[in-house]
Amino acid sequence: MIQVLGALATIIVGVFACVTYFYFSNYLLDAIFPARGSNASRNINRASAVRPWLFMGPAIIFLSAYLVYPVVSSVWLSLHNASGDEFVGLDNYRWLLGDDKFLESMRNNILWLIVVPAASTFFGLVAAALTDRIFWGNFAKSMIFMPMAISFIGAAVIWKFIYDYRGDGAAEIGLINAMVVALSGEAKAWLTIIPWNNFFLMVVLIWIQTGFAMVILSAALRGIPEETIEAAILDGASPFQIFFRIKVPQIWGTIAVVWTTITILVLKVFDIVLAMTNGQWGSQVLANLMFDWMFRGNDMGRASTVALVIMVLVTPIMVWNIRNARAELR
Amino acid sequence: MDNIAGTRPGLIWAVNLSVIFLVLLWAVPTFGLLVSSFRDRDQITTSGWWKALLASEQNIIVRSELPEDQYEEGDLYVISGNIFESGEGRVIAFGVSSRAPTDLMPGETGEMSRGREMSVQDNGDYRITSPEPFEGSRGVRIFATTVEPPRFALENYERVMFSEGLGRSFINTFSVTIPATIIPILVAAFAAYALAWMEFPGRSLLIATVVGLLVVPLQLALIPLLSLHNDIGLGKSYMGIWLAHTGFGLPLAIYLLRNYIAGLPKEVIESARVDGATDFEIFRRIVLPLSFPALASFAIFQFLWVWNDLLVATVFLGVNEQQLVMTGRLRELLGSRGGDWEILAASAFVSIVVPLIVFFTMQKYLVRGLLSGSVKGG
Repeated sequence: MIQVLGALATIIVGVFACVTYFYFSNYLLDAIFPARGSNASRNINRASAVRPWLFMGPAIIFLSAYLVYPVVSSVWLSLHNASGDEFVGLDNYRWLLGDDKFLESMRNNILWLIVVPAASTFFGLVAAALTDRIFWGNFAKSMIFMPMAISFIGAAVIWKFIYDYRGDGAAEIGLINAMVVALSGEAKAWLTIIPWNNFFLMVVLIWIQTGFAMVILSAALRGIPEETIEAAILDGASPFQIFFRIKVPQIWGTIAVVWTTITILVLKVFDIVLAMTNGQWGSQVLANLMFDWMFRGNDMGRASTVALVIMVLVTPIMVWNIRNARAELR
Repeated sequence: MDNIAGTRPGLIWAVNLSVIFLVLLWAVPTFGLLVSSFRDRDQITTSGWWKALLASEQNIIVRSELPEDQYEEGDLYVISGNIFESGEGRVIAFGVSSRAPTDLMPGETGEMSRGREMSVQDNGDYRITSPEPFEGSRGVRIFATTVEPPRFALENYERVMFSEGLGRSFINTFSVTIPATIIPILVAAFAAYALAWMEFPGRSLLIATVVGLLVVPLQLALIPLLSLHNDIGLGKSYMGIWLAHTGFGLPLAIYLLRNYIAGLPKEVIESARVDGATDFEIFRRIVLPLSFPALASFAIFQFLWVWNDLLVATVFLGVNEQQLVMTGRLRELLGSRGGDWEILAASAFVSIVVPLIVFFTMQKYLVRGLLSGSVKGG
């Protein structure tokens, strides 16, 4: 209870401090450069030159300390040894290229990068197209969207139960094995089967991300000009032709945004792998490898090097996003 | 208009059926765990959750009443009672030893060693007789095959909340989440206003930087920031994680809010300027109230993300009782109690119930936020 009160007190103090900062810094600025008297116009100009920086000050400090500084620091750390105090040059990178677990992670990550965005976008598109046509579509959308609210670790528990394996003639309580047994197959410990276990893990993320893709693509589909569809109907196009030849080409831009957003998420996801296999049975991924080297290996140099590899992999998307944003600003 | 193409009855059926299939596919995993969280350990391990509504048949071993409860009937010593704790259920078969646990039908009498006899009725009543007094401190073992009606209970929830420490973690998660949601909103709102409506050199560069920082992987930030926190004395503390979540949430906050604030009608802001309002006043009186939908969208994003986060919490908070959050606890339980599905299921649901409530009540804002953040030129 005391803790909750402490948190509440911090919120109040924190909010109060923020508001006070913004209020007083503005007040001070107006006091230093008053917008009246002989220098009024010069003062106004000066004040409006300073004010944006007052507004953005805290944000800039946070962004530099929490996102820009770590990038620089990681590069520095990746050139140092486990405890970060001895310069080792490119040793960590050399180690990386020869490390089996790293190569396995890269291979798995490439698989994840191909399968998860593609499957999520595809299912999202299908779900969006189908649910827009029925009267209970909004309910259906909610149900498909729901996993978005569930934590990765919660989803891992949910799916581990689905893949559960008991064996030795005991009643199978995992849904998949129960179905396999009902179809007179043999129950298996799915999460230990190389290389298919990777795909069983991907299913979890696809399950989570399809809702996201569906919501955005559904909005894009509804934004398509009616005339193009009317024209296609008049020309006798079938529903499938309308969907694939008329609608999909018009929302390529949105599909690309969905695809890249999920791609970035895939590169960062580690909770699912950590909770379900912890990288055993050939299912390691980069984010979990980094976590492993940070916590179990206690090697800052190697962990930073792995993190930098993830950074390099997201860079093309970063550049693409920035170019898009700049084009929009103009 | 596309309904014209979709009004063929066959197609409508196909669409409805496929959506039903999709919805089931998406809902069943969660539903299965939800059902399991209300079943007890025996039920979970002996039958799949989809059988939860049916009566379940199981082989059980129970112990009779203790020898101290025996009574004399003529020259026999008797122990009697009922094998069902809840009093409901039916016995299909029983046995007196582990070698033949299903040999006898209800109503029959089985011979045991030393002249003892056991009989079990189909309602679970049993009677064990012996020519000599029963001794020892434990009851006699009874092997039975039973059919029990479905039973749902909140015991699992009681247990995880109070004896597995999840209740405490629930409070910890709240303590992390609320400040970590509110602080970035404040910081970002001012920055977003400046980036949207104030003229200054380097503005577009800053916007580009924010867009770039949106995708910086958290993994990169962990080690440098943990050392930084240790150096400045924050260590693993709540203050540390609040600041970390604020930093990591800011790019999205600024980006979403800037997009929204930049779309506010120009006339309103210009005319306020002409009337002599300062930027601070414009921000407080006009922009902030008008931006409520965008603020709500981001608040929901940040809330869900912080609540569900495991990575940042593992790195910036300790694992002691005062600091372990629910996702961390769940991970720990997965390791230490991997097969105890009654514990895992109930714990998972305690941890996802708040996000689900937020999700279903605020879905409108969540969707709006997603759209303003992602649909560009679409």
